[in-house]
Amino acid sequence: MATTRKYKGIDQLSGRDKIVVGLMVVVPTLIVLWLVWLPAIGSVLLSFTNWDGIGPLSGIKTVGLKNYQDIATIYPPFWPAIQHNLIWLGVMFFIATPLGMLFAVLIDRGAAGTRFYQTSIYLPVVLSLALIGFVWQLIYSRDQGLLNAITGGSTDWYGDPSVNLWAALLAASWRHAGYIMLLYLAGLKGVDPSLREAAKVDGASERTTFFRVVLPVMRPINIIVLVVTFIESLRAFDLVWVINKGRNGLELISTLVTQNVVGEASRIGFGSALATIMLLISSVLVFVYLRIAMKED
Amino acid sequence: MSDQTLTSNPVDPVRARESALLRPREGGARSGRRWLLPVVLTIVSLIWLFPLLLALVNSFRDYAYTAKNGYISWGGFTLDNYKNAWEQGDFGLHFWNSAIITVPAVLLTLFLSACVAFVVARFSWKINIALLGFFMAANLLPPQALLIPVYRMFRSIEVPFWFSESGTLLNSFQGLILVNVAFQTGFCAFVLSNYMKALPKELYESAVIDGAGITRQFFQITLPLCRPALAALAVLQTTWVYNEFFWATVLLQQGDKFPVTSSLNNLRGQFFTDNNLVAAGSMIIAIPTLVIFFLLQRHFVAGLTLGATKG
Repeated sequence: MATTRKYKGIDQLSGRDKIVVGLMVVVPTLIVLWLVWLPAIGSVLLSFTNWDGIGPLSGIKTVGLKNYQDIATIYPPFWPAIQHNLIWLGVMFFIATPLGMLFAVLIDRGAAGTRFYQTSIYLPVVLSLALIGFVWQLIYSRDQGLLNAITGGSTDWYGDPSVNLWAALLAASWRHAGYIMLLYLAGLKGVDPSLREAAKVDGASERTTFFRVVLPVMRPINIIVLVVTFIESLRAFDLVWVINKGRNGLELISTLVTQNVVGEASRIGFGSALATIMLLISSVLVFVYLRIAMKED
Repeated sequence: MSDQTLTSNPVDPVRARESALLRPREGGARSGRRWLLPVVLTIVSLIWLFPLLLALVNSFRDYAYTAKNGYISWGGFTLDNYKNAWEQGDFGLHFWNSAIITVPAVLLTLFLSACVAFVVARFSWKINIALLGFFMAANLLPPQALLIPVYRMFRSIEVPFWFSESGTLLNSFQGLILVNVAFQTGFCAFVLSNYMKALPKELYESAVIDGAGITRQFFQITLPLCRPALAALAVLQTTWVYNEFFWATVLLQQGDKFPVTSSLNNLRGQFFTDNNLVAAGSMIIAIPTLVIFFLLQRHFVAGLTLGATKG
């Protein structure tokens, strides 16, 4: 018996197809829901409770904003961590990111040996920040480090709380500039060459062409680069954790959260309040990023 | 369909991107001091290479020699650091750990994100943008902010001993693999969905008329056509999961389960650190990513830039 199925467009699905499509969406969704979104909600909820992490979940009492009050008033590393995160952001935003953009613009001008320049500058990007912490130890180490050998000083660059943040930032900027260079160079190559030609015909100088023509066209990638800089600064963790687990001058919000969970004294309330602050900041950034990335739809 | 038409259909973005990055811009430098630009860029490149070259050179030097003469010296070359680092760091074990975490995590990430991307690209449903946003946002959240619930959840979820010898998801490779998958799916789904949207709809039309179901369309049309994008993402994800430090450090508490990246601390003595030994260990750890970097550079670059820019 031949039943002729009528073609009703490509969105027409058979019963079996519906199940398959359903699974294709539901399985990944459940994994991400379970391991990202539920924990995110969990962190927010726990931040309003007094759970000590030991007793049963049924013994939880809500304590309102007490955890937030406490971290701001009786938790000494909190304000230094906020300050360090802001310094971190400032250095990335005002130094590392512009440097990466500058490298991209210079490389884009098309000198011979472009492959060598590109490769050298973004080579650090393939290394983990944890590894970078160890590589830079040869420069920073107190007794044998290169820096002290050159300057004749005896500073413990990773240990001295008055300098170790800057030492870490130099190593982090080394990698970040390469990353930004790569993203930005790809953006520059995507700029329609006829725009530059038109500017040239109109007699615009190279500087004017860049600031008045190229930069405005690159608006989406500019914003992506900025958001990446903000997010990376907020997530900074690996480098300071391998140096000294984020103590003694290297406190960051991310390391405080971690210390409050895996450390000797687990203070779930504190940790969750810190985590919620991180989530709040990042949700603004995520929102901006998604708006740009999905604009075409 | 012959293999030829499958691979040649959309322009290979990997190759296109590489050649675009290397192509000199037309009417590039036109100022008088043409020699200045290469000189500046060469100096910058050498400064950027310097920390790695320093580690590379000194990983081959004897500790006693550099301790006496300092790093601004030449001589004392030896291979012992590599031998000692390999033994002290127990790298055989840790490389194996890295492999059994990275390979399943990358494969699972690519498969699941391809599924999501396929549905988003193939159907024009209103929910698609929200769905993609749901995955991408997950990729951008700071992992530390999710640590407490994930840690507690993993500690309380009991699994049979044949599944994980720790008895819970905490301290198990499977748990770590799942966390990596959950975090990376968003980025891959975004890149793949952009890629799949560029495929001509007619392909699916003829497939539907021929009576091919969704499963066949996915495996026999979409996935083969996405090979360049999948290759680029595979390279990028392998590097990222191999380099992943935070989750591995906090979710696997036993040192002997650590992947390579989390195990560098083994080389650091309690009171005394042989920096040349650490340099050798660092080089050993860097080798897989450097090999990937030099052999598959264009895939790496393509994967990274496909996510940030479109087309």
